[in-house]
Amino acid sequence: MSSREAILARIRSALADVPADETPEDVPVPRAYRRSHLAPAEDRTAVFSERVADYRATVTRTDPAGLPATIAARLTARGAERLALPAGFPLELLPAGPWEWHPEPLDTAALDGLDGTITLAAVGIAVTGTIVLDTGPGQGRRALTLVPDYHLCVIRSEQIAEDLPDALARLDPARPLTFVSGPSATSDIELDRVEGVHGPRTLDVVLVTPEQP
Amino acid sequence: MNGRGVVWLGAPSFPVAAKQALADPQLRANLKRATTTIRDKRLAVAAELDDWEALRDAAAAIKKRTARHLDRYLLQLEESVTAAGGTVHWAADAGEANRIVTELVRATGETEVVKIKSMATQEIGLNEHLAVHGITAYETDLAELIVQLGDDRPSHILVPAIHKNRTEIRDLFAAEMAHWGRPAPEGLTDAPRELAEAARRHLREKFLTAKVAVSGANFACADTGTVVIVESEGNGRMCLTLPETLITVMGIEKVLPSWSELEVFLQLLPRSSTGERMNPYTSTFTGTTEGDGPSAFHLVLLDNGRTDTLADRVGRQVLACIRCSACLNVCPVYERTGGHAYGSVYPGPIGAVLTPQLVGPEHAASLPFASTLCGACYEACPVKIDIPRVLTHLRAEVVEAQGGRTAEALALKAAGKVLDSPHLFAAAQKAAALGGKALARKGRIGRLPGPAAGWSDTRDTPAPPAESFRSWWRKNKEDDR
Ligand code: SF4
Repeated sequence: MSSREAILARIRSALADVPADETPEDVPVPRAYRRSHLAPAEDRTAVFSERVADYRATVTRTDPAGLPATIAARLTARGAERLALPAGFPLELLPAGPWEWHPEPLDTAALDGLDGTITLAAVGIAVTGTIVLDTGPGQGRRALTLVPDYHLCVIRSEQIAEDLPDALARLDPARPLTFVSGPSATSDIELDRVEGVHGPRTLDVVLVTPEQP
Repeated sequence: MNGRGVVWLGAPSFPVAAKQALADPQLRANLKRATTTIRDKRLAVAAELDDWEALRDAAAAIKKRTARHLDRYLLQLEESVTAAGGTVHWAADAGEANRIVTELVRATGETEVVKIKSMATQEIGLNEHLAVHGITAYETDLAELIVQLGDDRPSHILVPAIHKNRTEIRDLFAAEMAHWGRPAPEGLTDAPRELAEAARRHLREKFLTAKVAVSGANFACADTGTVVIVESEGNGRMCLTLPETLITVMGIEKVLPSWSELEVFLQLLPRSSTGERMNPYTSTFTGTTEGDGPSAFHLVLLDNGRTDTLADRVGRQVLACIRCSACLNVCPVYERTGGHAYGSVYPGPIGAVLTPQLVGPEHAASLPFASTLCGACYEACPVKIDIPRVLTHLRAEVVEAQGGRTAEALALKAAGKVLDSPHLFAAAQKAAALGGKALARKGRIGRLPGPAAGWSDTRDTPAPPAESFRSWWRKNKEDDR
């Protein structure tokens, strides 16, 4: 007997007390939990900004017209000049200036030599302050937002879901997904939080709302 | 290790090891600070969700549904992972899992693998097995790196190197890093930032060249075949993304019926574990993706005693554990002894109930007694595992195995009945708090009467708090509103 058959047989005999005609649905799952933890009056984008900032990431708001200038300001503030550019990133958003844009495909060694990367996002989650990347247009392969030390992520306000249930329903599990909540961090040394062990040490989120608040 | 791993060979029994740990003031200070800090953070973020209890109820029910139909969900998982381009392997025990992984690594022609922190691979002693076969496994989580460089053992589920302070870590990096790859920089101080930077540089050369990675898994969705890994540092993402081959070793209990159930568990896990609304990185992947990440993905489904645990109708609920470590941080026994005393990969309250079940009570006879039955672990557990109930059940088994129907066995059976009923349990806890006060001298109890005597022989037992954890919790939650 293969181990597969042996394990399945052991499971079945271990569950001898489960009636043969019981189906999973016969085991009730109470779903009294909330679909969203946002209060009715709360603004998704405000909560998102506040919670992203709690992870010591930076959120900058802008409207579509102000986007290139905002990107330029963030990159200048971070001293990031040589940046990976994922396929599908809208070129009209890129500011003019001293920046070198390195389009995909890039191998790992090349990525390691760059200052950072700029991407779009698939979904944001207000209550947890999370951005989700699904490798779609403008987001790049997973390595792109991992190997360089700096990540600037542009997200539109309508991409922000209220809470996890809503966000998961918007995502396609067949794609590789990365949920990012702040920069890479560790608390392994005397529980002192240190940003950036292996992933990017700095995360800038630029939130695009229809009108400047 | 014995046939199933889990227990460290030659580790002293809990009472002996705990006595040593209690004599180490530095260890106790480290533990106290760490458990208190994480505990407070956890309470704060759990209190943000006013439906926390409803989420726990849902999680417990989903886990129950999964356990009662485990064969069906595993077959569905196998099918969906295979359809997405992965390969599924079944391992009945530690030996078989180790053989499968070793063969898979050998087939790539590589002699080095990078690893993400994984309790399942610790349980089976994979690194040691690979080493015997000429394959070096590099742990890439910072705490696991500290443990590995020190030829040490993890002492906490979430922060495995919690027993080491920054100076010890600095000395370890300076002395050992060079034997494993890039040496620590000259003049390294004990500032956490500098230590993390040294680890980053040391490991980066491994990440950028590794062809094979080994991971565990937090969850796997049967309907989609999606595997989920929750982490903070990004070492997990490195391992999931850069190598050509990824081998994931997962206990069979980690399967979830569907992708949508993550909406419950991704709310509970980070808040219970690190006390954050969300951990820095969560990665989900389904089989392989052309042009992104490993081109070969292997999922090893590990039994190693889990089906025996499933057969125990009281003990089976332990398989619901999502390894958040919340129960460690609230446990008065763990807080004083640390994880090493448990002599097992799984420390603290969950270790006390999981280890004897995985290896059989005769191999871990003292562990079910490593508890005051204060109930704090049950209150903290996001999937509502009734650890005190399982503890008394296992105690009765141990006692029965050791001498048949003794007075102790009967007393413990009675205790099991009490713990079955929330009302009786609350009443018993109150009684214990009162009784404890009467017995205590200067807040310590000498020798406990009755079944607890064996446990208190070797140490003073802290007096139970004047009020029970339950009443304290209820009051404090009400204060928050
Ligand atoms: S038993 Fe519960 S509290 Fe303890 S680690 Fe497992 S899930 Fe967390």
